[in-house]
Amino acid sequence: MIPAPFEYAAAESAGHALELLAEYGDDAKLLAGGHSLLPMMKLRLAVPSVLIDIGGVNELAYIRTDGDDLVIGATTRHADVAGSERVRSGAPLLAYSAAQVGDPQIRHRGTIGGSLAHADPAADLPMALTALGGSVELMSPSGTRTVPAGDFFTGYFETSLEPGELLSAVRVPRQPGADWGYQKFVRRANDWAIVGAAAVAGRVALANMGPTPIRARAVEQALADGAGPAEAAELAADGTEPGEDIHADRAFRQHLSRVLTRRALEHQRG
Amino acid sequence: MKVRLTVNGQDRSDDVEPRLLLVHYLRQHLGLRAANVGCDTTSCGACTVLLNGKSVKSCTVLTVQASGQEVTTAEGLAPEGDLHPVQRAFRAEHGLQCGFCTPGMVMAATGLLAENPHPTEEEVRAGLEGNFCRCTGYHNIVRAVLTAAGTMSTGATTSTESAQ
Ligand SMILES: Cc1cc2nc3c(=O)[nH]c(=O)nc-3n(C[C@H](O)[C@H](O)[C@H](O)COP(=O)(O)OP(=O)(O)OC[C@H]3O[C@@H](n4cnc5c(N)ncnc54)[C@H](O)[C@@H]3O)c2cc1C
Ligand code: FES
Ligand code: FES
Repeated sequence: MIPAPFEYAAAESAGHALELLAEYGDDAKLLAGGHSLLPMMKLRLAVPSVLIDIGGVNELAYIRTDGDDLVIGATTRHADVAGSERVRSGAPLLAYSAAQVGDPQIRHRGTIGGSLAHADPAADLPMALTALGGSVELMSPSGTRTVPAGDFFTGYFETSLEPGELLSAVRVPRQPGADWGYQKFVRRANDWAIVGAAAVAGRVALANMGPTPIRARAVEQALADGAGPAEAAELAADGTEPGEDIHADRAFRQHLSRVLTRRALEHQRG
Repeated sequence: MKVRLTVNGQDRSDDVEPRLLLVHYLRQHLGLRAANVGCDTTSCGACTVLLNGKSVKSCTVLTVQASGQEVTTAEGLAPEGDLHPVQRAFRAEHGLQCGFCTPGMVMAATGLLAENPHPTEEEVRAGLEGNFCRCTGYHNIVRAVLTAAGTMSTGATTSTESAQ
């Protein structure tokens, strides 16, 4: 399968990428790791006429500590997030989540910014960011704004990224030693979650239980009120309307969300 | 569009269409046919090559994305006429049947051993999660990678005989 023809421009810096975005407008798409975009282009589900490659922009690939936060540059590859001592100690759930994406080859190419911007509700990192209460930094020629995960994911594969903006960094609070648990139900190797559950420090997020990653707020409230994991997890599917596909119907997804939430809460590591 | 890259230690420069996939560049432009196209959907790993030493699926990398970088294919693992320890171990342990998945397996294994020279069996299985084999059932492949890890760390050269 061969993508439709397009023009290609390699950005040399974040600023250069913004200039190229302004120049080419709506016809252009950013290319980071290419592991969501290229498969879609091969199937001609996406037919951008210009690709602006930010995969080689070194200033966007970093992992830093900034006060109480961990800040990760958008083009940092999944393998680098998963393997980083800084991430493993400050936000172990994030490192673990990055290690669940696809397979080693995919993790060598895919980037944290690309995964979040793609906003697949079945993906690992959007759920992790939601559970961690993290945020993204969105850069445009007029400056940078910080958007919390809950406001960033707006719909099925949709985000609050504006035309001409790029996701420059990901910010998560450092919580060394906090209890966390992560569960992903799949039927095939290197696949997306049929349902996922991530718990950290009393917050719980679910993957593939709606058009965006969602917080299981009833579970969080029950935990705050002193309920045990099994009792709280019973509320995981409350208010959810998950989609149906060949893998699972709605009732099965709701069942999975309860089981996986219980396991995530029971098998917490600190 | 102009690209310059190093493939198996040789500098290449070419004019390619931006949409040319790396696997097609290797196979059709350079005649390096070890990397196979199996699924074409980033799943099977038959097209695995090393990009700057890290395993990637070349059906999902554009040639232009590899410009300025180093690509290694199974053809480039060992000097001509010789075999790399990973290739030797696949032969010794019967890690292949039809051979279609083998170049990808060998490259994924080589990448894995560069990152983790002493993997456990479980780590080998996880490390090859992105490579499918429709023939061998994986046991011999995993054994081959563990054998290769052993010979590479002791510096010994395994021959077909001594590994039996
Ligand atoms: C076989 C296979 C299995 C997979 N399994 C999983 C899995 O189990 N779990 C999982 O979570 N993911 C999985 N993935 C997806 C993988 O995580 C991708 O790496 C990720 O979704 C996209 O990241 P990327 O860097 O490759 O983005 P790209 O494909 O380059 O881009 C994706 C989209 O985001 C936009 N974009 C990229 N970077 C930015 C930026 N900095 N700012 C604004 N927009 C941007 C692009 O324009 C494009 O629309 C899988 C992919 C494949 C091919
Ligand atoms: S052909 Fe590339 S992963 Fe199957
Ligand atoms: S040896 Fe035939 S597919 Fe692996």
